[in-house]
Amino acid sequence: MIELRDVHKRFGSHEVLKGITASVTKGEVVCIIGPSGSGKSTILRCINGLESYESGDIRIEGARVDRDAASIVAIRTQVAMVFQRFNLFPHRTALENVIEGPLFVKKEPWAQAVERGRALLAQVGLAEKADMHPPQLSGGQQQRVAIARALAMQPKAILFDEPTSALDPELVGEVLAVMRKLADDGMTMVVVTHEMGFAKDVADRVLFIDGGVIVEQGGAKTVLNQPQHARTQDFLRRVVHPL
Amino acid sequence: MEKFARDAVEFLPILMSGVALTIIVTLGSLLLSTLLGLVWALMRVSGIGLLAWLSAAIINVIRGIPIIVLLFYLYFVMPDLGITLTALQAAIIGLGIAYSAYQAENFRAGIEAIERGQIEAAQAIGMGWWLTMRRVVLPQAVRIVLPPYGNTMIMMLKDSSQASTITVAELALQGKLIASSTFKNTSVFTLVALMYLTMSIPLILLVRHFEKRAGHR
Repeated sequence: MIELRDVHKRFGSHEVLKGITASVTKGEVVCIIGPSGSGKSTILRCINGLESYESGDIRIEGARVDRDAASIVAIRTQVAMVFQRFNLFPHRTALENVIEGPLFVKKEPWAQAVERGRALLAQVGLAEKADMHPPQLSGGQQQRVAIARALAMQPKAILFDEPTSALDPELVGEVLAVMRKLADDGMTMVVVTHEMGFAKDVADRVLFIDGGVIVEQGGAKTVLNQPQHARTQDFLRRVVHPL
Repeated sequence: MEKFARDAVEFLPILMSGVALTIIVTLGSLLLSTLLGLVWALMRVSGIGLLAWLSAAIINVIRGIPIIVLLFYLYFVMPDLGITLTALQAAIIGLGIAYSAYQAENFRAGIEAIERGQIEAAQAIGMGWWLTMRRVVLPQAVRIVLPPYGNTMIMMLKDSSQASTITVAELALQGKLIASSTFKNTSVFTLVALMYLTMSIPLILLVRHFEKRAGHR
């Protein structure tokens, strides 16, 4: 349902993506791993049009992603995004954050949006925090609200951009647990992450990106346990044994 | 002191009619400058090059012209172009335009203070530019903008006295007229000063309230 064909992207003179071709089928969980600055996040940001790309083609269920076209709004309601730094709206409560899109983008009736919003907060284990504002919540709780906000749009896929990288280590588990449950429920997910355990357990496929190209891809266990490429081997060694 | 009290009783009614005009000029130009300032600021952050350039140009032109010259232009020059304004209209429009530049810069600072990530989050749930402004950016920008906005209100109250230069009989002009006909300069201008101060104090308290609230969030 997500297709990338020979996508190139540059920031000024620096070419970040040097021809990315990949696809994600419905219900699949794909983890993107790689060193920082390799272009992992940029791929996600191109998929839902937060960044433009110079050449190539990105399609969501056949519709071309073009951030300057009117169709981008429809695409964004189908492909939700969860950010590294949560990016909740601090002036609204947890529940208000969740129902913002349904109410104002999808124009759902208020009562229906609230009912669904509460159910989603319950699903991520935050039913009792509905009326709290983001600054009153821990990082893990904020990220779970952000996941509920993404789910509220009833997306066909969710993009996760390093969803646990800004969290204190003891809060990582609660967010990964919610994501694991989503994957079990059949949600299509593309996850940029440094959590190799999560990738190994949950992902169907893993893409290893370095220097703006896909160096290696394949089944999660294959790539992570028996990496073929020297750069993948080197990266995994450094992630697993940092010292 | 006794003499001042007697003068005060005698002149206050006349000065009060000036106060009424001062308030009308201040409120009118405050409203106009807020609306125009918001338009300039939104043009500036629209992401559309031409609008942003136009807004910057307008703001710089306005900033570069003294208020008094702007007032003269509206009141004395516009009739030559076939547009005749009353002194009160010219005062409100002139001060409104002059202050719109400062309002715009303040609003822009407030808008740009909102984290980029929140705007991306709004876009990611399918919000367009205007919806993002209305639901995410402006509600938060208002809190940031209010304390300096209050200061602008105080400056506008005082600068409304410039309307006297185009014959609007507001507080400063009423004072000048009384003083020049009675020669009681000390009493009259002390009274005028005290009346401006009296009107400023509620605004000063309001700014303090805004600042407290902004600090609380």
